[in-house]
Amino acid sequence: METQKTALYEYHKSLGAKFVPFAGYQMPVQYTSGIVEEHKLTRTKAGLFDVSHMGQLFIEDNSNLIEELEKIIPIDLQNIKLHQSKYSFLTNESGGIYDDLIVTKVEKGFNIILNAACKENDYKIFKNALGYKFKLILNKDLSLIALQGPKAAEILESVINGASSLRFMNGNNFLFKENKIYITRSGYTGEDGFEISLQNKIVESLAKILVAKGAQPIGLGARDTLRLEAGLCLYGHDIDETTTPIEANLKWAISKRRRVEGGFLGYNKIKSNIDGNISRLRVGIKPLGKIIAREGVKIFSQDENEIGSVTSGTFGPSVNRSIAMGYVKYDFTKPGTKIFLEVRGKKYEANVIELPFYKKNYVR
Amino acid sequence: MGEVKFSKEHEWIKLDGDVATIGITKHATEMLGDIVFVELPESGSSIEKDGNAGVVESTKAASDVYTPVSGQVLECNQSIIDDPSKINSDPENQAWFFKLKIKDKSEMESLMNKEEYDKFAKENTN
Repeated sequence: METQKTALYEYHKSLGAKFVPFAGYQMPVQYTSGIVEEHKLTRTKAGLFDVSHMGQLFIEDNSNLIEELEKIIPIDLQNIKLHQSKYSFLTNESGGIYDDLIVTKVEKGFNIILNAACKENDYKIFKNALGYKFKLILNKDLSLIALQGPKAAEILESVINGASSLRFMNGNNFLFKENKIYITRSGYTGEDGFEISLQNKIVESLAKILVAKGAQPIGLGARDTLRLEAGLCLYGHDIDETTTPIEANLKWAISKRRRVEGGFLGYNKIKSNIDGNISRLRVGIKPLGKIIAREGVKIFSQDENEIGSVTSGTFGPSVNRSIAMGYVKYDFTKPGTKIFLEVRGKKYEANVIELPFYKKNYVR
Repeated sequence: MGEVKFSKEHEWIKLDGDVATIGITKHATEMLGDIVFVELPESGSSIEKDGNAGVVESTKAASDVYTPVSGQVLECNQSIIDDPSKINSDPENQAWFFKLKIKDKSEMESLMNKEEYDKFAKENTN
């Protein structure tokens, strides 16, 4: 498959971006100032991210879409408000996760944001479940950019009147250069911020204005360190088809009514997990020294039994130390539990700690 | 003090008598990005030409460090272990990695001089 480019590719190039192939796209991994600096600028000022590789699916509601959608997504769509966003998943028969996604209720149906690497498969799943009756559009004419950080609201408000009055996990329609755009107050960094969905033909123009107003372009490298500090999962690493939402410590994302009533794929397994039949859990890991424990590093108990493995790990620039997440056997999930990480044949002491590493600054 | 030589693995080496000071090149640091962790060989240990002599890690990934010549490790640079970001800011001076008592000076002959290395680095930029 040929590598695709987002509508901002030339702009990234002009800013000196280093590119990497990611989920079939040429994406900027960093610009000239480097990952650590980009990370810190997002935490202290505002960062601008091109996430146009992600899927933007619209499903039009004509009658009983909510009922049908609830069969594949475990949230309470009966009580979702207009323009409200919810984090959820596409679950499989065994309670694993096909993808994690953000669902937003809009006037004529639902907008769903999908991971780039999963979007084609997700589309098939949605199409199989709903295509007989509902119109689905995986929109290729739309870009998606995220503006994140403590200055994000001020910067966006100066360009898009009213955007800063959105509440966390809520969206609305706005106008930019007489084009309708859709903005939600959400993100993937642990900072206050916005995701802006707009047509490919106007995205560069908005990006340039936001950068001129002080937003720093940020690559995928810092996006990864930011989300990991915030304790957020990366699909394909921290969660996948073999991990249930309960094992991933994401029970909060399954609506209460759905936990009780079920009626979605994999419910039996998930219910059983909720009832205590669970063997492992995703936890935060704090190595005591500087050692970095990356994906795949084996985790051992004090008595040298293998008890799990790391799914994400890096150096957290804002917490200024090594951080990781991973799955450990249920008996070892209590914060403060002493564990050992095997890196290049040597074992290093670490503690299980509560997530996130970096306290989130969302505007509720 | 002798001329600085360079390896294809992007290490630099400076010889003073039979003591070699070894580090990684500026070009290497630019490819790696922000360095956040470094592991160096143990003082007193013997390491062989092109053998493993530590690890540098950026926010993205871990990369092995090799020694361009054989010898016994005399000293490691504790200051880069304490603050790995020094490797990005001054890779070819203050942020040296380790000093070796060199075993066989003829191993220096296969290494590149500055001009050859700069050309090599330019051709091998990814």
